[in-house]
Amino acid sequence: MSTIDYTRELSVLEGKHALRELDDLIAKPLETKPDKKFYIALSITLSMTGLFVLGLALTFYYGIGMWGNNIPVAWAFDIVNFVFWIGIGHAGTLISAILFLFRQKWRTGISRFAEGMTIFAVMTAGLFPLIHLGRPWLSGYLFPYPNQHSVWVNFTSPLLWDVFAVSTYLIVSLIFWYVGLIPDLASLRERTEHKIKKVIYSVFSLGWRFSNRHWHHYEMVYLILAGFATPLVLSVHTIVSFDFAVSVIPGWHTTIFPPYFVAGAVFSGFAMVQNVLIIVRKIFNYEHIITVDTLEKMNKIMLLTGSMIGYAYAMEFFIAWYSGVEAERFAFLNRAMGPYAWAYWIMVTCNVVSPQLFWFKKIRRTIPVMFVIAIFVNIGMWFERFVIIVTSLSRDFLPSSWAYYKPTLVDGMILIGSFGFFFTWILLFTKALPVISMAEVKAVVDGAQPSHKDH
Amino acid sequence: MTGEKILYSYTGIFDTPDEVTHAAEEAVKQGYTKFDVNSPYPLHGMNKAMNLPASKLGYVALIFGLSGALGALLSLWWVSAVDYPLVIGGKPFFSFPAYIPVIFEVTVLSAAIATVLAMLFFFFKLPNNAHPLHATDYMKKVSADKYGIVIQAEDPKFDESSIRKFLESVHAKEINAVYWAEEEITHKHKIFEPKFLTFLLVVVIITSGTTYFTLNKLMFMLPFNWMMEQQKQNPQQKSLVFADGHGMRQPVEGTIARGFLPYEFKGQPDLAGERLVNPIPVSKESLQLGQTKFDIYCSPCHGYHGEGDSRLRGQFPNSPSLHSEKVRTWSDGRIFAVLTEGQNVMPSYTTQLTVDERWAVINYVRALQRALNAKESDLQ
Repeated sequence: MSTIDYTRELSVLEGKHALRELDDLIAKPLETKPDKKFYIALSITLSMTGLFVLGLALTFYYGIGMWGNNIPVAWAFDIVNFVFWIGIGHAGTLISAILFLFRQKWRTGISRFAEGMTIFAVMTAGLFPLIHLGRPWLSGYLFPYPNQHSVWVNFTSPLLWDVFAVSTYLIVSLIFWYVGLIPDLASLRERTEHKIKKVIYSVFSLGWRFSNRHWHHYEMVYLILAGFATPLVLSVHTIVSFDFAVSVIPGWHTTIFPPYFVAGAVFSGFAMVQNVLIIVRKIFNYEHIITVDTLEKMNKIMLLTGSMIGYAYAMEFFIAWYSGVEAERFAFLNRAMGPYAWAYWIMVTCNVVSPQLFWFKKIRRTIPVMFVIAIFVNIGMWFERFVIIVTSLSRDFLPSSWAYYKPTLVDGMILIGSFGFFFTWILLFTKALPVISMAEVKAVVDGAQPSHKDH
Repeated sequence: MTGEKILYSYTGIFDTPDEVTHAAEEAVKQGYTKFDVNSPYPLHGMNKAMNLPASKLGYVALIFGLSGALGALLSLWWVSAVDYPLVIGGKPFFSFPAYIPVIFEVTVLSAAIATVLAMLFFFFKLPNNAHPLHATDYMKKVSADKYGIVIQAEDPKFDESSIRKFLESVHAKEINAVYWAEEEITHKHKIFEPKFLTFLLVVVIITSGTTYFTLNKLMFMLPFNWMMEQQKQNPQQKSLVFADGHGMRQPVEGTIARGFLPYEFKGQPDLAGERLVNPIPVSKESLQLGQTKFDIYCSPCHGYHGEGDSRLRGQFPNSPSLHSEKVRTWSDGRIFAVLTEGQNVMPSYTTQLTVDERWAVINYVRALQRALNAKESDLQ
């Protein structure tokens, strides 16, 4: 152990690969017919999506009275799911943009997949504000456009900022993803013998020619996009947290929310990326590209962000006490000891306690253990949003209007269904597009770059 | 065209990034300008070797980002402070801090979209699937694991034999000539091809059909029908709740709604004239109310000044003047009976005028009468 030379940059990939081997490996799922396991997985996720559709149909036909929401708990599963899914998306942008700016080469193996996950997660998340309208076909009113009522949206409302933030985030993530895909689509165009596939790849690769006169601008644009996506991803969850922090409900009205929400989003996003990648690398034999080193680094980030939100939980309690505001103090005591104490303690166990196991190197590098911890983190982060939203609303300033919220069957169908929707996209993605960026991975193979020695 | 092919370029393949970088440096030294290096991924240091100027795309991002920010700021200002000023939360109409999130998002969005579009369509001139390098063995190799150099025939220093010699001197393998394919030169985008026109027609039919269906049919079906189907009682509807089946309810027996005191002198106008007393004192407000109501309900037949000068031009029997001896000597109560029950062809005005309004109209009629038959004392 002590003989490792830390001055040398460790290679991202395990072993020495021929470039063509990497291409073959990454393109294999696209060039072979899906096997039985894929169809089984797809049928499961499609059935879950069916539940989603059913739950939504019931909601839209009979109205949102099908949910457990009541007054004062007017926001419940709908907004919990929204914040949860948008948080999942954040890891993708963090990996593709922020780690790119920090020149973290280990991101190359996982960036494409994480970006894809961002898009699917934001797509899932974006449905929830519309679902929560009850009449989503009127959602056009969310956007400022000159209309026959001659009124505009309220630009001072965080809910409107949310509309802008989430739609910008989705569009910019899609652009970022597509720009990264162009060279890979061109590689696939050159590989394939299939006539229809060739047409599709030709159209979407736009006739990319791997020219270094193009690569030169391309790298510049990638840098610019990363530079824009970084503040964007921070702004998105900041604005999501404003939905709560700008109100006056005790338990919501705190300035710690923006950083705390961003840390939580990265935390849950990394857990989800790690979970899915563990399965992907196993099924497609990408163990040498998505290495244990990479997974370990992700676990370290989870340890960091997990500790940050642990700190935020503690700080919330301190500030509630320190503020001297009776309602605030009550809100937090109520979280830990009130009717929703069970949810609070699930959250603390999963989010604060379980990632602390990542202090041990052995655990950071043992795949089954980290897989289970990441699942716990996902459960915990879902409950974090539940605790913040439901406990704060169920007991606010006026004791006479307190109420206990209980989800209904339809709530459950929509929650399970949203996972089905998300994973259906993930499954289709693994079979339709290269889940690892071929161009980026090839660029970090040992000996892939000029040695800059005098010839 | 047949037989003679037009040369596009010479290509050479290399196995390592070092070799191709060296070749690029040499090509610059030889003074070639129309050449390119192709590699499956960006090569570090290649822009220096190829002597490429710094990318100007940063300026595109800057310009579009700034115009996005400015455009967002201006439209927010126009919407909130000019077009429809609305006080929200006691803040000024133009509350800049609240606009920062939206301005930021618009900046990022416009800069990102503009930069990528500029790169693809203006800098690269993509999409272009008709380039001579496409569908060559060369492209197959440089897209996977080889590195290649292309020297175009357009280059001013182009000369077939010297290019070959140059490529050999930098140890290029597989030196090949690439020709324009015939259809790449002769190909024209034909807009009036029947296939394309059919496609357009199908798109038009589908788009307009779905739009029509959505806006005119779908929006009026359950559950999209603007909450028109509700479990509530509308006027004149049959009730499922009450035993008598009436959706609209009668007042409770023995009660009278406010302002609906029954009229006691039905069919007895003279008695009403004797008994009824005008409860509304003459005041500016009551005269103004009276004038408004008189102009609306009475003036069409009686004329604006009560002279019987109907505006109906004989389409309805002319009404008598209100300045006659008879009407002037009538008590207020007697006139009230006319307004309440009607007289000859004049109908009752109980549904149009409340009790107080009728008295106000009477006050106004008195003022009109007085104006035509003023007393000596009025002059003082």
